[in-house]
Amino acid sequence: MSRPRHDDYETRRAALAGLDDAALHALFWDLARRVVEPLLELARTHTTPSIERSVLARLGVPSPEAAAVVEGCLARGILGHGAGHVLLRTARAANLTPVEAAARLAAGELWEHAERTFADAAS
Amino acid sequence: MPLLDPERPIDIETILRDLRDYRPRRKGWAWRRPTPEGYRHEPAPFPYYQTSEPLDRSVPLPAARYFHGIDPQPSPTITSEIASGRFEDDIRRMRMVAWHGADHIMVIRTAGQSHFDGLIEGTPEGVGGVPITRKQLRASRKALDLIEDEVGRPVNLHSYVSGLAGPEMAVLFVEEGVNGAHQDPQYNVLYRNVNMVRSFVDAAEAKTVMAFGGLAQIDGAHNANATAREAWKVTPELLVQHATNSAFSEAVGMRRDLICLSTVPPTAPPAPSVRLDLAYAVALRELFPGFRMRAQMNTRYIESDTREATVTHVLNLLISRLTSADIQSTITPDEGRNVPWHHNNVAAVETAKQVLVGLDGLSRLVAPTPDGELRAAVREIKERAVLFLQEMLELGGYFQAVEAGFFVDSGYYPERAGDGIARRLDGGVGAGTVIPRAPDYYAPVCAHFGQSRVPRDLAGPEGSEGTAAGGTPCAPAGGCTLCRPELIPFIDELDPYDNVERRLEEAAVRRGGLLRPEVQWAADGYVTLSMFLPAAARVAEAAAVEIARKLGLEEPEVIHSRVMHPAEGTFVEVKGIVPFGVDPDRLVLADPPDVLPEEVLRRELVEHPLTVVAATVGEDEHSVGMREIIDIKHGGLEKFGVSCHYLGTSVPVEKAVDAAIEADAGAILISTIISHADIHRRQMRRLSDLCLERGVRDRFLLVAGGTQVTDEMARAEGLDAGFGRGTRGIEVASFLVRARAAREGRIPGGPGGHAR
Repeated sequence: MSRPRHDDYETRRAALAGLDDAALHALFWDLARRVVEPLLELARTHTTPSIERSVLARLGVPSPEAAAVVEGCLARGILGHGAGHVLLRTARAANLTPVEAAARLAAGELWEHAERTFADAAS
Repeated sequence: MPLLDPERPIDIETILRDLRDYRPRRKGWAWRRPTPEGYRHEPAPFPYYQTSEPLDRSVPLPAARYFHGIDPQPSPTITSEIASGRFEDDIRRMRMVAWHGADHIMVIRTAGQSHFDGLIEGTPEGVGGVPITRKQLRASRKALDLIEDEVGRPVNLHSYVSGLAGPEMAVLFVEEGVNGAHQDPQYNVLYRNVNMVRSFVDAAEAKTVMAFGGLAQIDGAHNANATAREAWKVTPELLVQHATNSAFSEAVGMRRDLICLSTVPPTAPPAPSVRLDLAYAVALRELFPGFRMRAQMNTRYIESDTREATVTHVLNLLISRLTSADIQSTITPDEGRNVPWHHNNVAAVETAKQVLVGLDGLSRLVAPTPDGELRAAVREIKERAVLFLQEMLELGGYFQAVEAGFFVDSGYYPERAGDGIARRLDGGVGAGTVIPRAPDYYAPVCAHFGQSRVPRDLAGPEGSEGTAAGGTPCAPAGGCTLCRPELIPFIDELDPYDNVERRLEEAAVRRGGLLRPEVQWAADGYVTLSMFLPAAARVAEAAAVEIARKLGLEEPEVIHSRVMHPAEGTFVEVKGIVPFGVDPDRLVLADPPDVLPEEVLRRELVEHPLTVVAATVGEDEHSVGMREIIDIKHGGLEKFGVSCHYLGTSVPVEKAVDAAIEADAGAILISTIISHADIHRRQMRRLSDLCLERGVRDRFLLVAGGTQVTDEMARAEGLDAGFGRGTRGIEVASFLVRARAAREGRIPGGPGGHAR
């Protein structure tokens, strides 16, 4: 598609010529929804470091610690379970609030529980 | 928090105090409240059809003084983009534009923030924009809360949910009461080279959060106009970009009436721009019913000529009125020169307000021709867009189309120039960071998109697999910041040197208690010199810099030059820094007009009736000024009980004196506008001389008015007072009452009255 092409609109439009405006509009939106559906499916089934940091932010974790916890999850291959999930289980196990647990995880502590739990889940 | 005092500058220190505990008082977007059809902005007599509720405090357009001072606010929200790099200075500018009619403040982010993988904290200085942080947003929102109370209308704060930290920014924006944001994954892909998979996965989460917070979303399609070589040829693609982002946004749950399509009239003169731009504008509105239109002004063809920019923007506003606009954004006339200056933000807002009000109700009289050339052009753009979408799907979808360089090609689709922006699926910033969710993926928060299940053992005693006890997904975690704002953490500063407190200290030192000019940052010292030089451009520009330097300006620089004639001369504008300040306490100020209270005037004129004879004298047909002074409708002399005999225009001075004698008047008012060959001075002298000759000088107060008249001049010509441009009736009434009382040895209004 990086090759130049002449304007062949008159030829291409043949199939559209018979549509009235309402039908053309419906076709436009049908095509647009078909373009975005695979993108939405990708988003439903995947996550990213920013999404996971945003989850931790919503749990009240300050941004530097949220970044460290997500890095920790990535390094251990457990981010796919959800950083908030990891944090919540760690907090429950250690009897801490999520914010307290995040501070400890950010400092490199308390990871054993998550490593054990989610390694089992993955196997 | 105490209300702002309109007589005092906003105190940044107060804004910054106790930020830790400040919470936004409302969330989500606020539209203007329209006035009913045919609404009259009293006391002006005209019906309006496209205005919104008036402000409590504002600065009306300059000509408003001829229209009872009304300040009708047009129906669309008006945007001002403010981002000098120092938010503390921007806050003052936000207040200025709010007074001129802006209610949407868009803060551009600092260069590079879109590639920052995370949030920035504190208040570092920005480049070409502001680092968007919690502290900066909270301070800005707090200031806008005060400003909106002052003007009497909600003011929306807006920034960008894009780049690598979209979801986090979206959460931050909802937490801090930001009201609107740009969010369009295509913008990341095409213009910021963010990996496209990352960009769309992030976008779904960010949009879900924005929808939860009721933010208005603006898409990024307008950037294709600004980037393409021949902007008018990208119109089919613009429709495709709008549709991609809109369909994606609706699918994740965003309300259609908060999805705003960012649309720019693509062309500018010397192209026949309105004819070209109108077809695209109509096609867009027909294809996207129920969505909101954010009409942006053209930047693509704007260079250093502020006049040219303004005219192009006026034509853009004509398109807005011929079609529709829910948000009218503004581009400052100096956008092509520099980061916008204070007064140019105001100028852009005033341009929008002036034109939109001037075109009020246009569609009642004029509508785009429904058939013929326009209809054919609209249809063609739509068909080209449909063909574009069809070929994208034939190629395999969005990602494949981007890899093939489908977008921002300068050919008029299906024509292709082969110069589009191509991105690789595995390329760009953030490539390889998207990971699949495990079957037990769980995000214990509200406003989360996609697969997430509450595990049975975390769901609580009354919960079940997939549904937490307490209803909200965040219940197992004890709540999230969207439900419980008290959980929001606040970081003040991370950098002890690069922060707002330091900058405020430095600004105070720069000011040194003195007043300095400023265009952008506190006490920056910049002024502009405008000059015509009878020389060719190269010589003129060099001469202009030399002149500025000799005048003492530091760092002089040509910011605009325009050939008047290749040999006869050049108009040049030079900016430079004034290397000193002045002490405002040592300035000699002209006295402000000292007027009597209205009730004192009325009482005095009841107890001591006054008749005046008024005329526009000489060969002079100007009647507007005198009518302003005497007419009851304009708050003139009649309003206070002065009996006025207006003799009309081109009245000989003799006739005015005769009429005054006959009416037993107490004063003669002459208006003299024409000042060619000092005719106005001679008319004043003639009046004085004539009264002396007739022996009636003591019977009359003699007053002259006109655009070139001053009090000093009138007295020099033998009169009692003179009034210049901008005089109000109450000033003349106050003078007459005081001067007469002084002659009669009274104090106007009796004991306790306001004697001079």
